[in-house]
Amino acid sequence: MWIWFHKFGSPRYFYDLAGRLIPWLGGACAVLMAVGLYLGLFVAPSDYQQGESYRIIYIHVPSAWMSMFVYVVMASAGTVVLIWRVKLAEIIASVSAPLGASFTFLALATGSLWGKPMWGTWWVWDARLTSELILLFLYFGFMALEAAIEDKRTAARATAILSLVGVINIPIIHYSVYWWNTLHQGATVTKMDTPSIHLSMLIPLLLMAAAFQLYYATVLLMGARTELLSRERRTRWVAEVIRNS
Amino acid sequence: MPSTDTSLRTVAEPSTLVAVRALMRRDLTLAYRHRSELLNPLLFFVIVVSLFPLGISPEAKTLQMVAPGVIWVAALLANLLSLDLLFRTDFEDGTLERFLLSPHPLPLLVLAKTAAHWIVVALPMIVFAPVLGQLLFLQPGAYWTLLATLALGTPVLSLIGGIGMGLTVGLRRGGVLLSLLILPLYVPVLIFGATAVDAAGAGLDVSGHLSFLGALLLLAITLAPLATSAALRVSLS
Amino acid sequence: MQDFFHMGGYAFYVWPAYALSLVVLMGQLWVAVQRRRKLIRDIEVQNRDPETRT
Repeated sequence: MWIWFHKFGSPRYFYDLAGRLIPWLGGACAVLMAVGLYLGLFVAPSDYQQGESYRIIYIHVPSAWMSMFVYVVMASAGTVVLIWRVKLAEIIASVSAPLGASFTFLALATGSLWGKPMWGTWWVWDARLTSELILLFLYFGFMALEAAIEDKRTAARATAILSLVGVINIPIIHYSVYWWNTLHQGATVTKMDTPSIHLSMLIPLLLMAAAFQLYYATVLLMGARTELLSRERRTRWVAEVIRNS
Repeated sequence: MPSTDTSLRTVAEPSTLVAVRALMRRDLTLAYRHRSELLNPLLFFVIVVSLFPLGISPEAKTLQMVAPGVIWVAALLANLLSLDLLFRTDFEDGTLERFLLSPHPLPLLVLAKTAAHWIVVALPMIVFAPVLGQLLFLQPGAYWTLLATLALGTPVLSLIGGIGMGLTVGLRRGGVLLSLLILPLYVPVLIFGATAVDAAGAGLDVSGHLSFLGALLLLAITLAPLATSAALRVSLS
Repeated sequence: MQDFFHMGGYAFYVWPAYALSLVVLMGQLWVAVQRRRKLIRDIEVQNRDPETRT
């Protein structure tokens, strides 16, 4: 385990491994997304209640899932940063933050575009949208703190603490927003979650979710490689890599 | 005050309990010496609340409806603005560095400082809250709940705020950043505090709200000082 | 085909949602590519003049 840890944590090894993985991950992402979009937009039947507008689900739900998943990745990387001070984990958390914020933004924007025909307004203080909004604020806080601290390693540890505090708080925030929401308006408003979804709709959804995961992995590795080069720019291995490129 | 200061030094290795008590006494004494500064959060609380009738409407019905939320949001903002008092001066004169080197567990020292901060900042606001309730025509049945939620909720705010303060204390312009970090985390307290007062005004049972706030308080007391200590160690490294 | 773009009358909501997602996701990808290019250029410059090396 420790040997593996050390090997994986060695910048050069990670750089090469990521470089080899990126085309595969990106390719798989493109294929899954193409199939998912084809099935979702052409093959899946229209919803008997919402007509064609439900097709936003194929980007809305994967974005929402990713927005939470990425925060958990950041908090896990943060734990590694605080305990072992692994540089790579610092980079993963740092590169993940804007990606997670993008997913959160997409979940909110597509939710709003979906909400307009369903609810008649661009915004509803629906429990899920509200917690996504607060999640977006948490991402912004993370990035603002990182930008405010000059030394990158100090910034990594500070943001790691923040992400851990955030990850403990997210379930509490989610629960309290949910409870607040049901208190103020009937639960019938949330048409978004039909309890059982037909298989012909579920398969493209899962394909899209997998494609979003792969997209995240691809862009994360790309960003991490760049960040790694930047932080190690004075070392010999970086000079070698640049010369060979 | 040399007498309280020496107890923090490692010379005599006083017990942790003594150190915590001494630290609280020191913070309270310091606060008492700068009492004009302490009035500021309270004044802010009162002024913000009195802006709402001017901004919304002087009508009793309308104000009564928004009163719980307004008082809670104002308390939350006043707390946020007062967080600077928690670590800033100690950071600037180097006292904070000594806390980090002291043999006593840092989370307990943080807890002591937070408790002193709460007594100095939040307690006057709680005492003053009924007056603001009058200004906003708060439902007569809601006063005790208002006091109870503020008593349970404001320590949580101070504890969470301590984490943000710990993270930003070393930064020159931490003020706006602090609010960006902390306000999203204040959401559960705001929701349960304000809705409890709302429910009490409508004559409903609020024991559920209060026990949830109590649970938040317990959680914050156990976890927040640990996070704050870690944050302070990072900020001062 | 016309029906497909029409989206049962919801085209105004469905297509912007997809377009926005495409823009954001491709944008992040583009940013990642550009950052890498710029960094490699910078490091090349840095390695070419040894004086700037520290």
